[in-house]
Amino acid sequence: MVSPTKSYRNTFLILLGVLLLIFIINISLGSVYIPLKQLFLAFIDGDVKKESWKSILLNYRLPKAITAIIVGSGLSISGLLMQTLFRNPLAGPYVLGISSGASLGVAILILGASFFGGTMAGFAFSSWGHAIAASIGAFLVLSAVMLAAIKVRNTMSILIIGLMFGSLTASVISVLAYFSSANQLQQYLFWSFGSLGNLSWNEILVLLIIFVIGMTFVIFIIKPLNSLLLGENYAKSMGVNVKRTRNLTLISTSLLTGVITAFSGPIAFIGLAVPHLTKLLFSTSNHKILVPAVAISGAIIMLICDSIAQLPTSEYTLPINAITSLFGAPIIIWLLVRKRKITY
Amino acid sequence: MDLNNQHIIKTSKLSIGYTSKKKVNTIAKNLNIELGKGKLICLLGKNGIGKSTLLRTLTKVQPALSGEIFINNTNLKSLNNVELAKSLSLVLTEHLPESNLSVYELVALGRQPYTNWVGNLSETDLKFIDTAFEQTNTKHLINAKYYELSDGQLQKVLIARALAQNTGIIILDEPTAHLDIHHTIETFALLKKLAKDFHKTIIVSTHEVNLALQLADILWLMTPSNFMADTTENLIENDSLYHLFESDLISFNKTLKQFTLSNSY
Repeated sequence: MVSPTKSYRNTFLILLGVLLLIFIINISLGSVYIPLKQLFLAFIDGDVKKESWKSILLNYRLPKAITAIIVGSGLSISGLLMQTLFRNPLAGPYVLGISSGASLGVAILILGASFFGGTMAGFAFSSWGHAIAASIGAFLVLSAVMLAAIKVRNTMSILIIGLMFGSLTASVISVLAYFSSANQLQQYLFWSFGSLGNLSWNEILVLLIIFVIGMTFVIFIIKPLNSLLLGENYAKSMGVNVKRTRNLTLISTSLLTGVITAFSGPIAFIGLAVPHLTKLLFSTSNHKILVPAVAISGAIIMLICDSIAQLPTSEYTLPINAITSLFGAPIIIWLLVRKRKITY
Repeated sequence: MDLNNQHIIKTSKLSIGYTSKKKVNTIAKNLNIELGKGKLICLLGKNGIGKSTLLRTLTKVQPALSGEIFINNTNLKSLNNVELAKSLSLVLTEHLPESNLSVYELVALGRQPYTNWVGNLSETDLKFIDTAFEQTNTKHLINAKYYELSDGQLQKVLIARALAQNTGIIILDEPTAHLDIHHTIETFALLKKLAKDFHKTIIVSTHEVNLALQLADILWLMTPSNFMADTTENLIENDSLYHLFESDLISFNKTLKQFTLSNSY
């Protein structure tokens, strides 16, 4: 009997270990120095030397680290799904304009709040409002790109179409910005820089709930995604309902990208780069392995990016987008140059 | 009914073609095909004559204009995707999208109609995969990535995938289009073996007319005016092959049982 599929248990254990380590490093870093021992104490029985340390940990660093994990996992999984669905190694939520779609949703909500008036304005600033608006925006752009992709098979054309949708939404946003008050504009601008901090526990709960819903859909399309690796025609011939798979992929990607963008702003390159790094590490295309692997790797990379963004020992924090681009763009260039043929 | 039971594929008054905005483009009509088990069928015809359209219609990729198709005595329309995938598998010409799939994983995908919701392979699945590798003589390739294979090896692996799907019918669309003469003959020999020894019904669209004349049990000839399905001997006997290519350049030589360059050339 031949060996069917490799076991990746050890690699997974190592990855989880790394995730835990980075998580601890991440919450131990910040403008205020907190000794490691106190850090553990804060989580065990709450008996910490200084009350301020506990407050920093529980109300600032821990929520931020959890946000980083959800954002990293969710965006990376979105990227993985798009790369398989579009049969395109360069697809990702940011490149295909999905993040822009989510931005548009939020922009309409923040900048257009004055047009909607009273009750809507209240909804506009609630966390659910942001999440729903961003998901709808993401879904609309993603569906439009998908419709175009059914007509246009060419890899490059699809990327350019995604880019055009990005420009379109950007122009709509500038028109909205033109008619907005300085206050609203500032609010939108800060949001668009991208940030993992400043989320309340309530907002994290919203983020988590939608993340779990999105990931549940993903688990149910693992099998059909594998047959899509051979192309749509083969997938159909193996009994796969391609339309249903495509719709489920669209919904889960929109939910994940939408809710993440709503709370942390448009974050670049994570969705594109992490799946490639994971595929390099695991050397497989099997989604049963890739989905958990990409989720864990995404969390690790996002935590690392966030740790760097805090500029350890300094009181400044860099915009998270600057770090992810700094990390992601060279990786993509390196992959393209090194392998010439990148697989997905 | 007893006679019907032996028909793995049967069509009655089948018309194939395209409908586009009110306009109906019929490619062939009134096709009455009856196919038994364990036959190698070669579908011959000029480029653009509609071979792919016929195969696409038989595999439910596109709808028939009119008439009925029966697979194992069940109307094709009433079969769902998974049921169809258990009676009919495909080998296509199109390039596979880039991926990291190993040969084993690729062949194992053939088990998808049978596996559970997450795609776990059972003992039975493993057995069918193993048999597929044995039948195609590709066991030594299992650990390779599919993109490392030569065209000839890849074709065999794709056939192995179809075999793992464990269907009575395998349909191949120009499987030897990219192959040299050695691998072309090897592929056809494999298909002949699968039909003869393992009772698969194998339908191949091909341009290898001379090879088809020697190996096929049944030929399907498509010409602009006509569709003929019969054994090779009968078609040679009643001079049907003369009409396959209506050209001054090529003609059928009845004594050699081969197509040859015309004297006028």
